[in-house]
Amino acid sequence: MPKRIDVLICGGAACLSSHSDEVRAAIVREIEAHGLGKEVRVVETGCMGPCELGPVMVVYPDGAFYIRVSPQDAREIVEEHFLKGRPVQRLLWETPEARRIIEERKQVPFFAKQKKVVLANCGLIDPENIEEYIAADGYTALGKVLTEMSPQEVVEEIAASGLRGRGGAGFPTGRKWKFVADAPGSVKYVVCNGDEGDPGAFMDRSLLEGDPHAVIEGMTIAAYAVGASRGYIYVRAEYPLAIKRLKIATTAARGMGLLGEDILETGFSFDIELRMGAGAFVCGEETALIASIEGKRGQPRPRPPYPAVQGLFERPTLINNVETFGNIRHIILNGADWFRSIGTEASPGTKVFALSGKVINTGLVEVPMGTTLRELIFGIGGGIPDGKEFKAVQTGGPSGGCIPAEHLDTPIDYESLQALGAIMGSGGVIVMDEDNCMVNLARFFLEFTASESCGQCVPCRVGLPAMLEILERISRGAGRPDDLDRLEQLAETVQRASLCGLGQTAPNPVLSTLRYFREEYEEHIREGRCRAKVCTALVRYWIDPEACRGCDQCRRACPVEAISGTPGKPPYVIDEGMCVRCGTCREVCPFSAIEILDRR
Amino acid sequence: MKLEDLRKIRERAAKELTLRTGKARVKVIVGMGTSGIAAGARDVLAAFLDEIGKRDLSEVIVTQSGERGLASAEPVVEVHEEGKPTVVYGNVTPEAARRIVAEHIVNGNPVAEYVIEVRE
Repeated sequence: MPKRIDVLICGGAACLSSHSDEVRAAIVREIEAHGLGKEVRVVETGCMGPCELGPVMVVYPDGAFYIRVSPQDAREIVEEHFLKGRPVQRLLWETPEARRIIEERKQVPFFAKQKKVVLANCGLIDPENIEEYIAADGYTALGKVLTEMSPQEVVEEIAASGLRGRGGAGFPTGRKWKFVADAPGSVKYVVCNGDEGDPGAFMDRSLLEGDPHAVIEGMTIAAYAVGASRGYIYVRAEYPLAIKRLKIATTAARGMGLLGEDILETGFSFDIELRMGAGAFVCGEETALIASIEGKRGQPRPRPPYPAVQGLFERPTLINNVETFGNIRHIILNGADWFRSIGTEASPGTKVFALSGKVINTGLVEVPMGTTLRELIFGIGGGIPDGKEFKAVQTGGPSGGCIPAEHLDTPIDYESLQALGAIMGSGGVIVMDEDNCMVNLARFFLEFTASESCGQCVPCRVGLPAMLEILERISRGAGRPDDLDRLEQLAETVQRASLCGLGQTAPNPVLSTLRYFREEYEEHIREGRCRAKVCTALVRYWIDPEACRGCDQCRRACPVEAISGTPGKPPYVIDEGMCVRCGTCREVCPFSAIEILDRR
Repeated sequence: MKLEDLRKIRERAAKELTLRTGKARVKVIVGMGTSGIAAGARDVLAAFLDEIGKRDLSEVIVTQSGERGLASAEPVVEVHEEGKPTVVYGNVTPEAARRIVAEHIVNGNPVAEYVIEVRE
């Protein structure tokens, strides 16, 4: 019997952590209780995108999009919507700007402004059910390649599409495939780089969780094109759900003859093995990743020789990012010209971004290349929460750079971002508002890269901590007049002399903040002032005697007992010598009586 | 598995995705307000699903709506078809539902005795 309702509940990691599994169980329970088991199907999908609003679910055929659903809502949804056909209004998405409840998913601006190619199946199909993937044209591209195209034609098609590496550097994928295909040797490998390490980035994880077969199919097509019979997916061990779904997917594909020996009875054989990474940032660098798969310590080595010539186990190796593989089947099915019709001349196609930070709609989005940063942050992202002022956006994570408001209309493509001192990176986008301190931001990222440095080459091992020391000094208010010049000098040396991409790009956050927010650094050094009131050494907390009502809450909340006063007898006073400037009192004060002032 | 087998699986599985992809030729809407349910709309809805399943029809989706204000004619069913006027049926029984599937949806002849309105 056909179903009349499909309930898709997001099973991405973000929604699962807000207990979408309990919501699903409650919905299933209510459906059974109302005798609708035969009419309604419940499917757990991959990430739908608006992670901030989870758990989310969408009900078809209406397309009603429910947000922040709790298990207690299950009965009302089943009785009102599934039985009587009246969507539960209070759980639908209401756009803050329009103050309007939106009945259909496709009308939500967050979705309407996106173009989902790579993520088309994410949030639409059950990633653990290979038949749903096949229903959505899955493995059709593989079938086409194996029966209608020669390996050379596949390489040429990918080259003609203009697809560039989605890991961040933007190297032309077709050219990379050609290098491997042309490399001498009978044993070759295909490796999928799923070592997503940027803080705040979750593009690869979401694709692996939401549509694992797309990556497997992309790798298999690549293997046919370059002549490989063995592949590895390198994925972080801290992505247990992605690993689980990849295992289910590879097993199912093998069981149906879509992976392994004699694929689709064409004589072509290719199999994939999963390798779990231990979470070292440097292993995202291709030579370090290869070393890690080989069972060695994850350290990069000088290139050349490039992996395309001498990679995994010294053999020619094709290594592409998760999202790059996710694009392949669409190019094969729709053609290179179709792909080129999306995005820009030099950067065709779409790009998946993980929006995070000070933006209303945080989550996973996909847009055509060439979309402006403004459209991404204000159109899809919904702008900055709490009426605050936009300050900057960091693209490319710790290897990327910071872009200020005056460049918001820059189109997102590899070259434009690079010209601004940032990079595309794998797709992490962190939005910052007036409450973010740029010195502190640079310090945060440098702390990350310095601790993730593998320690092999001197510029990175010694240079990054030296830069960090200067940044820490500046945020303590002890900066010296020549610190900024010294910082720039060090940054350039580290950039030029480091062995691998980690060191070469680690100074980017420092250099880009120096370029666009130099006056903020200077304020820290000359005036001992942090305008965002973030650097704790440069601020003090003060209770406004006019506003204090003597409620005693701050005194009780203070972890170091720095506040004194008598209940009902305001004002209370903070002992600045004892205060550790943790901000707890300010959070608990019901009268907004506590202010942060400059220390000097 | 051969390419041909993959194609067969795809055709079969694609029907399961019709609800989500919205690729439906015919949409059957059963009024499931309180009075509709009281008049037997649930059995009507089940009959539609069963008959569509038996005939293995693709591109047909069955959904439900709330009260339409035609309490005396419940259960009320609307049949929306691409490029054709919408036909509204009243006092539909499970047997009538099966006839609507066979005569209207499959053969294109609305079941006149139950039609209460035709909307352009």
